[in-house]
Amino acid sequence: MELRTGVPERRLIGQRVLIAAFCGVCLLMLLLTRLIWLQLIEHERFVTASEANRLQTIPIGPARGLILDRNGLVLAENTPRLRVSVVPEESDDLEAFIDAVRERITLTDAEFSGFQKNLKSRRRPRDPVILKEIIGDEEAAILAVDAYQFPELRLEARPTRSYPFGRLTSHSLGYVGRLSSGELQNIDQRRYSGTEMIGKIGVEKAYENALLGQVGIERVETSARGQIMRSIERQEPVPGDNIKLHLDIGLQAKLYDILGDRRGAVVALDPRNGGIMALVSAPSFDANIFTHGLSNADYRRLEEDSSNPLFNRALRGQYPPGSTLKPMLGMVGLHYGSVNWKTEIRDRGYFQIEGIEHKYRDWKKWGHGRVNLEKAIIESCDTYFYEAAVRLGIDQMAEGMGLFGFGRRMGQDIVGELPGILPSREWKRSARKEAWYLGETVIAGIGQGSWVTTPLQLATATMVMARRGNFIAPHYSTRLDDDSGRRVNLASTLDWERMIDAMENVFHGERGTARGSAKNLKYRIAGKTGTVQVVGIAQEEEYEESELKKRFRDHALFIGFAPADSPSLVIALILENGGSGGSTAAPIARKIFDYWLLDRNEGERPPDIPYVLGVNDELARRPNAGGI
Amino acid sequence: MLAASDLGQFDSFRPKRFAQRFGLDPFLAVLLLVTGGFGLVILYSASGHSNQMVLRQGIHFILGLTAMGLVSTCRRDTIIKLTPFLYVFATLMLLLVLLIGVGAKGAQRWLDLPGIPQFQPSELMKIALPAMISWWLTRNPIPPTVIHLLIAAVLIALPVGLIARQPDLGTSIIIAGSGFFVIFLAGISWRLLGLLLATGLASLPVLWSVMHDYQRTRVMTLFDPQSDPLGAGWNTIQAMTALGSGGLFGKGYSLGTQAQLKFLPESHTDFIVAVLGEEMGFFGICMLLLLFSLILGRCIVLTLRAESHFGRLLSGSITLTFFAYVFVNLGMVSGVLPVVGVPLPLISYGGTSVVSLLVGFGLIMAMQRTNRVLSGEP
Repeated sequence: MELRTGVPERRLIGQRVLIAAFCGVCLLMLLLTRLIWLQLIEHERFVTASEANRLQTIPIGPARGLILDRNGLVLAENTPRLRVSVVPEESDDLEAFIDAVRERITLTDAEFSGFQKNLKSRRRPRDPVILKEIIGDEEAAILAVDAYQFPELRLEARPTRSYPFGRLTSHSLGYVGRLSSGELQNIDQRRYSGTEMIGKIGVEKAYENALLGQVGIERVETSARGQIMRSIERQEPVPGDNIKLHLDIGLQAKLYDILGDRRGAVVALDPRNGGIMALVSAPSFDANIFTHGLSNADYRRLEEDSSNPLFNRALRGQYPPGSTLKPMLGMVGLHYGSVNWKTEIRDRGYFQIEGIEHKYRDWKKWGHGRVNLEKAIIESCDTYFYEAAVRLGIDQMAEGMGLFGFGRRMGQDIVGELPGILPSREWKRSARKEAWYLGETVIAGIGQGSWVTTPLQLATATMVMARRGNFIAPHYSTRLDDDSGRRVNLASTLDWERMIDAMENVFHGERGTARGSAKNLKYRIAGKTGTVQVVGIAQEEEYEESELKKRFRDHALFIGFAPADSPSLVIALILENGGSGGSTAAPIARKIFDYWLLDRNEGERPPDIPYVLGVNDELARRPNAGGI
Repeated sequence: MLAASDLGQFDSFRPKRFAQRFGLDPFLAVLLLVTGGFGLVILYSASGHSNQMVLRQGIHFILGLTAMGLVSTCRRDTIIKLTPFLYVFATLMLLLVLLIGVGAKGAQRWLDLPGIPQFQPSELMKIALPAMISWWLTRNPIPPTVIHLLIAAVLIALPVGLIARQPDLGTSIIIAGSGFFVIFLAGISWRLLGLLLATGLASLPVLWSVMHDYQRTRVMTLFDPQSDPLGAGWNTIQAMTALGSGGLFGKGYSLGTQAQLKFLPESHTDFIVAVLGEEMGFFGICMLLLLFSLILGRCIVLTLRAESHFGRLLSGSITLTFFAYVFVNLGMVSGVLPVVGVPLPLISYGGTSVVSLLVGFGLIMAMQRTNRVLSGEP
């Protein structure tokens, strides 16, 4: 090996080493400058960044307030349910994981596609993606056993709104649902930071503010994987207020039981305070499915059900009031002096406007003969009220009937009701851009034509009768109780009592339209039946009820209260295509009053819970029960 | 083969002399020991108080020191003779890696042969390549001619290309650098150097086009880490946050939230200096930089003292490569260089790199001893 130890070469290499060392020193200076900038000059900024990294504020959703019935029974509560979600970042093989989950629990196509959609949408890394909103205890156990195999699996218990009486309360309580993007813009997002659900309709919506409660916060130190290392401070959430309702779950169940398969609605009010004791719209649906995450397909199925279980007939059903408004109309007539108790007409079975051929027919082909106001109520004489309506005139009629609450929303804590139509000259001008015809006044006298009312309005107007001319707005919650009410300045106290006597004779009188349901009555009912045509019957045309298809049969109506002299229950009842009010609606009303006044002794005895639950189960078994 | 003066003083034990008998440079050896110990302290915190990791790294370190001691006793002539064989052997190993290598994350870097522990042949090449280039250039006149340079370039390109194919961009660049350092030290003319640099710059677009997507993103992230803070920019942002939040004296040993809560990725390997910077602050990093500077300074002194050209070129190249490691790693962690996956020498967790590094220092020392002996026995 040749050794090269020549001096020039050695100097050259030494030179190069020193040059390199000089470059190295420069580069080290550069690094040092960078470190001074990072660690000394920008120190504060990075401290903030590292604190933001480490500390997270986690909102703690408050427990939603309970909803209680008049006896303190829980109608809406929060039960822990397990939710299955996935942290995709922690999964080695997401598809294999999903397959493994599918082997253990059922995963519907809707749940799977929802999961895939959420997986693709923007989210914070390591945020869990929901796979199945709620799983039963059995499935949870199967999954929990193997949970150790799946680091990506998250099983979390979450309070879920549930309605123990299911179908019985859905139309009155409404339900909660996931906050929609539209709702998110209209709420105080901070208050909802720990809450995913909001009251969508019914009592749940009306009392959203009180039920929600105050969000709590917890400041925690988290690792980069989002694991909580320790809690730094915690401010407990304040649970929402409990809301106590006038609703009586026993009565509610009884009404559904009595209605059976029929479509219709019942509103039962407590005339002493205006409380809604029962609100029934049949068929009903199970609100629990909404809180458990309802798929679009299921929702569509519910919506397309021909018996329309989602439709709240009690608040939104707009039915012609028919003869049920005759007592109120009588009071308005008395007030304006167009009729008095002595006014008599001769009824030949029809009414004619002078100079016009058209015959406005009575329900009784050959008429009621000589009829005064009392008899017109008891026998429900149409001709008398055609005459009375024409004498009263539409403007006075509208003004007077408006005092009973027709034509407007009741408001209060009732959500989603419709106002109905109280026909008047002005209404027709603004709504239909047409002039009013006298013929319309005539048929308005028997609650037909443009008149439409909701069962709630009918019950409210009946409550004014029961309270002898004192209006009080119906409401669910005992919070809104207000004994004062508002005096309806119509006629005299004596007139009210006399009208109620006439309504009593609808049951108790020899010729009353509801006399068939009055056998062995141990108390006195004041009521009025109604039968409204669903399709117009042409002049002179004979018709046979049974020949009409069921959907075109008359609606059967009933309004009333009992005991007549000191009422504790007011009801308005509508049976869609039920036939005649006297033969169908009145017997049902009798059963309701019997239950309330005799079986339950004016509702003082607590409801029979096994019975109530039994009715709910029975509803679920019906093919047309809006079930899934 | 000891100098007579050394033998005469042997009966009275003096550590310096004792160390020199085995070829060790005591100053450098102590510096390396202190730095290694400091590294273990940092590793204990960075690994989340893993005794096992510290123990394993300690064993690696002791293995490395032993290897260093062994290498430092080798005769320079033997080393020079072995160099071409070592180079060929390492190149074959690299070929084998491409054929039957194992690895993770899409890179094939390890060789798992029966009977011997898993190792990375590229670590062997870290020593073999600068030695080979030094060997080649000192066989021929210095400064080298263009022809010799071209051959040297081929000798560099072959293993570098193999390592880049694994792919291991960081290591291939470092190894290419170690070869280039030899050429630079051998006195390549400035004109040629300028030309080479210009060619290098011109070939950057070509390099860009053959780079993997993830490599490109890493480079892009350097210019704007916030463009993808949860993806490619995550490492840089978290490392800068760790360093910056450490301030002058740091958050205290084992109290760094970035490292302990695992916001900082690779906290015990490539990004370990961010843990130091977070927990011991600017002060702690300056301590480390001081140790590195002393090591480098001593290596430069040893390089200048090496008698043979081969020894000087090899020592210089190893020194510069060590510096390149330090600079690239610190530059990467502090966000001035792209994230290329280069460990911090002597500090980052990892067995083979510690051993190959200390073997390098052993070579620098060996170049001293042989000279001394030669000068004593002309």
